[in-house]
Order: sequence, then structure tokens, then C-alpha cells
Amino acid sequence: MVEVKHVSKTYGSKKVIENLSVDIQPGKITSFIGSNGAGKSTLLSMLSRLISKDEGQVLLHGRDIHSIKPNDLAKELSILKQSNHIDLRIQVRDLISFGRFPYSQGRLTKEDWVEINKAIHYMELEEIQERYIDELSGGQLQRAYIAMIIAQDTDYVMLDEPLNNLDMKHSVQIMKSLRKMVEEMGKTAVIVIHDINFASCYSDRIVALKHGEIVREGPTEEMINSEMLKEVYDMDIPVQLINGERICLHFK
Amino acid sequence: MDIGGLTSQQQEILLVSRIPRLLSILIAGMSMSVIGFIMQQLSRNKFVSPTTAGTMDSARLGILAALILFPTASMLMKVSIAFVFALAGTFLFMKILDRIKFKDTIFIPLVGLMFGNIVGSLTTFIAYRFDMIQSIGSWLQGDFSMIVKGRYELLYLSIPALILAYFYANRFTIAGMGKDFASNLGLQYKQIVNIGLVIVAFVSSIVLLTVGSLPFLGLIIPNIVSIYQGDHLQKNLLHTALLGALFVLVCDILGRVLIFPYEISIGLTVGVLGSGIFLFLLLRRNAYAS
Ligand SMILES: Nc1ncnc2c1ncn2[C@@H]1O[C@H](COP(=O)(O)OP(=O)(O)OP(=O)(O)O)[C@@H](O)[C@H]1O
Ligand SMILES: [Mg+2]
Repeated sequence: MVEVKHVSKTYGSKKVIENLSVDIQPGKITSFIGSNGAGKSTLLSMLSRLISKDEGQVLLHGRDIHSIKPNDLAKELSILKQSNHIDLRIQVRDLISFGRFPYSQGRLTKEDWVEINKAIHYMELEEIQERYIDELSGGQLQRAYIAMIIAQDTDYVMLDEPLNNLDMKHSVQIMKSLRKMVEEMGKTAVIVIHDINFASCYSDRIVALKHGEIVREGPTEEMINSEMLKEVYDMDIPVQLINGERICLHFK
Repeated sequence: MDIGGLTSQQQEILLVSRIPRLLSILIAGMSMSVIGFIMQQLSRNKFVSPTTAGTMDSARLGILAALILFPTASMLMKVSIAFVFALAGTFLFMKILDRIKFKDTIFIPLVGLMFGNIVGSLTTFIAYRFDMIQSIGSWLQGDFSMIVKGRYELLYLSIPALILAYFYANRFTIAGMGKDFASNLGLQYKQIVNIGLVIVAFVSSIVLLTVGSLPFLGLIIPNIVSIYQGDHLQKNLLHTALLGALFVLVCDILGRVLIFPYEISIGLTVGVLGSGIFLFLLLRRNAYAS
């Protein structure tokens, strides 16, 4: 379990996250939602040790994440940021194989290759695995990054807007693979997501942020309703039950 | 001893001059190309190399400092001092790079060149004051004609540094994907960058002290390799080393036959030939991309 205890982050004089506490429940998909600038990415980066926090603690299995050896932590928890600029010309396959670095330090074993090929298969990248990443479309590249995270095979997977650049088919594919990873392999996923209906259909829990604070959190079925949406987004959004899913009609 | 029916005088030339010259060409070509690749990965910029990041100029200032402060210093001592300066200079450049908000591919090496020029003027000024322009001048341009037995052996020291680079190659590439990527994979980004810079500074100082500078070599060769094989450093290391050695060898031969019996210095041949090839490849790549 990951516990966030009273964390704060200030940039200059701007409090971006203020005294925030949340428990990430294991074996579930938790979605962070909220409007632009609410602090979702900042929170996710602090959760995954990418940025330092001014106050508070993040505990993984009761241990402060900064006291865990970086290489050990990399086998427990992985993070993919919202935007990634890589100027290197490397092949998709090589990019994904770097996901195994925490295990093999670059000397890939047979086992590593099994994991790499599995990740390639999961993200349907077989046909483009030999391509250089600077020659991919935005969506193909995003899938390659996610495949690297899958190859990293950590119990905790944190993805900041994983559906960036993806078409409908691949968005569904990624959300389905996340569910599969959670249900079949017992992994825990934390994602930042803007598409409220994806959040509604695929996550177990929703954490709603506004101005660096949690305004509401809870199981998805209790969270997705017009009242919550009003509070988080200041919009009147009707919610309808379609095929057993709560669908938010936010286009008009 | 009798090698292939050579006279003893020919044998002597072979052992004292020809073989040392060949070996130093090969090692210097390999070393400069490989460290160029490392620098490009760590700075995340295709145009950063020892020449365009102030490394060479700082090393040269170090040599001057050694000549002034310890006139009787051994080669090893000079290398150590040059190394400290090169490291400090490169480090400073990386710090400047951190501060620059405008991370344009062309702009950054320009900043590096300017930084190098500032260090260079400082060197010239001090050398002028101490009346040492002549001695420092001999380290301005690469020259293999001075290489004889006893003057190049120091170059061997760069081989273990290159082997170390091979073991760190994957880490350098991951660092080249950015700090966050590296942290996610459990690497200590700063530590990796520092190890890379130490290798770069060490090798640069050794090459500078033995053969002089080979301008832009560390920029041309990695870029050529990158165009046809990508940027996976570990896969590329051998290619880069071999191409670098071959390239310097060809330049050396050209430099010796073009205006025979005189010689064009290697620094000039490498610069002219290399930039031509580089330009050609760059244009071809753009044509292919569009
Ligand atoms: N490095 C930084 N320096 C200064 N301010 C920052 C920095 N990073 C984020 N901020 C500010 O912190 C606030 C929260 O940013 P954050 O990226 O966490 O938002 P977000 O919820 O992920 O938004 P989005 O949905 O647009 O991705 C914003 O107001 C942003 O301007
Ligand atoms: Mg964000």
C-alpha cells in the first residue's frame, strides 16, 4: 500500500499541493481527476519520487520512498509522465528493453526477453518494434512508452494521462490492459485522466482534486454523479446509466 | 631482429616513429569519437562535443597552468592538472546548460563555443603575460608528426576509460532520455552524468597532451553513426570507435600525400573533411525525412 501523509508543495509563492493525504488501495485502479492546474501531475510526481516535496511523507509498505534504494524502488513502482521528450534515435524494442534495466542492469537475460516480448505483444507493437522512436506517430510512441512500463513489471504503475494522443481503439485497449493487469496480476494502478467516462468505466476509485486539495474521494459508483462534477468542474453535467455504466454527458 | 628484410635504419623508423604514429592515430580517433557520443547523450544535444563545450579549451588552460606552476612536471602530472581543468570547465558548461531556458539544438553548442573562446582568450592572455605563447601554441592543433616513441604512451591510459564507458553505455543512454526516465528506472541521474563527465574530461586531456586537439571529430563521427544506426550507445560503441579510428587514419594519409613532402596537420584535415561529410549526411537525412 502507498500512503501519502500531509504532503505539500510550493513553487515560488504558489502553494500547488497543500497538506494532502490519501491512501492508494492495493489491487485497484485509482483515477486522479480535476481541472487543468489542479495539481494532479504534481501529486503523482511526488508519489513516485520524481520531485521532492516540501512537507509530508510518502510511504510504500510503511517505508518512506526516499529511504528505499532507487534500484529496488524501480522494481516496485513505475511512473510515466504526462509528456516525454526524448531526442534519442533508438528502436522501439530497445526502448522497451530499458524497462528491464532495474533487474538486469543492461545485460538482458532470457527472462527479460520474455517480459519484453510480452509487453510488445500487449501493446500490439510487433509490426513497429524495429522502427526508431523518432519516426513514430504520437500514439504509437505513447504505446511504446507504456510497453516499457509494462516490461518494468512493477506492482505499482503510475501513469499521467496515459491516453494522450491515443485513438479510441487504443485508448480502450490500454484501459483494458490496465484492468487485466490489476485483476490477473494483482497490480495497483494510479492514473491521471481527463476523460471522465474512461475514469467512470474503468477505475475502482476516484480522487478529485481542486486547487491542490482533495475535494472528494471514494469508490467510482459513489463519485460519478452530477453533484460531484459540479463541485470539481463547476459544470452542470447530467449522468446517465447506459448498459450499467455511469456516463457523463459533458459535451453541451 | 629482422622484420621482413628491412635495414636496421628502416626498422628503427618503423619502431620509433611509424608504429607509434599509427597507434596514436587509432587510439586518439577512437577515444575522441566515443567521448563525443557520451557528451551528446548526457547533454541531450547532438551538437555538443569536447570542442563545443569548452572541454578542450579548459584542458589547454590546465596545461598552461601546469607549465607555469610546475615547469618540470612529468607528463602524468600535466595530464592530471589538465584533467582537473577540463572537468571543471565541462562541469561549468553543463551547469550553464541547466540554466538556459532556450534549449535550441544550435544555440547550445554556440554557447559552448563562446564559453570555450572565453577560456581560450584567458589562456592566451596568461600565456602572453608569461611569454609562453609558443609553448601553448603547439597544443592548439592536432599534429601526429611529433609523435615518436616515448611521447605517445600516455594515450594507452584512455583505453581503460573507454572500457569503463562501455560498461556504463546503457546508463548514459538512459540518462540521455532525461532525469525522470532515469529515476523511474532506478538510476541516480547526477551520479551517471558525473561519471560520464569524468571519462570525457580524462580522455580529452590525454588526447590533447599527446596529439593535440582534433576539432569536431567527437561531433562528426557520433552523428554519422547515429544517422545509420541510431543512438543506442552500447550497440554503437564499437562502430563509433572503429569509424573514428578509420577516419583519422584516412585524414592522416591524405594530409601526408596531398602536399608531399610537406604535411597538412591532422587538425585541419579532420575539420575540413569531417564537416563536409557531416553536412552531406545532414542534408541527405533531411531529404529522406521530408
Ligand atoms: N515546475 C513548476 N514550476 C512552477 N509552477 C509549477 C511547476 N509545475 C507545476 N506548476 C504549477 O502547479 C500547478 C499544478 O500543476 P500540475 O502540473 O500538477 O497540474 P495538473 O493538475 O496536472 O494539470 P493538467 O491537467 O493541465 O496536466 C499549476 O498551477 C502549475 O502552473
Ligand atoms: Mg498534469
